[in-house]
Amino acid sequence: MSFINYSSREINCKIVYYGPGLCGKTTNLQYIYAKTNPEAKGKMISLETETERTLFFDFLPLSLGEIRGFKTRFHLYTVPGQVFYDASRKLILKGVDGVVFVADSQAERMDANLESLENLRTNLKEQGYDLDALPYVVQYNKRDLPNAVDLDYLKQYINPTTVPDFEAVATTGVGVFDTLKAVAKQVLIELKRGR
Amino acid sequence: MSSTPMVLFEEEFKQITAICDQLHRDAAAKAVFLVDKNGQLLANSGETGDLDTTSLASLTAGNIAATGGLAQLLGEKEFAIQFHEGEKDNIHISLVGQRVILVIIFDERSSLGLVRLRVRKACLELATIFEVIHQKASETGSTVFSEITDDDIDNLFGDG
Repeated sequence: MSFINYSSREINCKIVYYGPGLCGKTTNLQYIYAKTNPEAKGKMISLETETERTLFFDFLPLSLGEIRGFKTRFHLYTVPGQVFYDASRKLILKGVDGVVFVADSQAERMDANLESLENLRTNLKEQGYDLDALPYVVQYNKRDLPNAVDLDYLKQYINPTTVPDFEAVATTGVGVFDTLKAVAKQVLIELKRGR
Repeated sequence: MSSTPMVLFEEEFKQITAICDQLHRDAAAKAVFLVDKNGQLLANSGETGDLDTTSLASLTAGNIAATGGLAQLLGEKEFAIQFHEGEKDNIHISLVGQRVILVIIFDERSSLGLVRLRVRKACLELATIFEVIHQKASETGSTVFSEITDDDIDNLFGDG
């Protein structure tokens, strides 16, 4: 749920990166954090386990610039990907304005991708959202790995509704900003429509 | 879409800021914050200069969300108040209505008793204002942004 402050002339929106464990959600945020001007970003927060797995969420506030005198701010969140953190994932989806599904391109992670995608739909539904009505983009991450499956195959199973999708290598930044821009744009268009 | 955006207009922003200022003085607090349940900072008062207020808002909302999840597991509706005690600073967190979180940071200049007393009064006042804010938001929604053009949005992303 976006927040519009007429007093400080700000629009704030929430984008959630979803996907199976170790698909690269946190890496996406880390890359965005590393490549953004200091004045456009806040501190990145990672609530993680001792082994650097996301425990609750990562959080990165970003300023994208002004629209008609309103500063546009995006709060980027990741969910913990591991299956047993489902209760936490549900909490993070509350008030979401846009979703990025990060899929792991490796053949052996296809089941995990599909399980996570199903879990996303279910958890959104519980909060009263419909994934097909939300700003939503898909990212196929780890395209550089030798065991990455064919793109057409991924598209067919991960993106049957043919939302905007992007190939990515989050560790080097390929596709990271394209993904972010696509979802941010959809969120603003949705805001303009007044829902 | 399940909910309307939170829209805060000048008039109500001044009112909630005034209440935060008053609470800051009455509770002898270091700082007072109002945070949306989704982690957006709505207003603050007091010694906020050295604090990362954006992170504070996000973490507070995460904390409230996790505590709410715990409450549900136990069959409680919610735990309306939380208190974290530190060596120097303490944090008192309470829910206003169902949508907003009031955060008080205080040190030895105040006490938990005083903070709780003052928070109770401020919560009632804030709840009334947020009723109005909620009402206004559902009437106007974000349609006020309908004048934004596709070009405006494109321009925002134009420079790569």
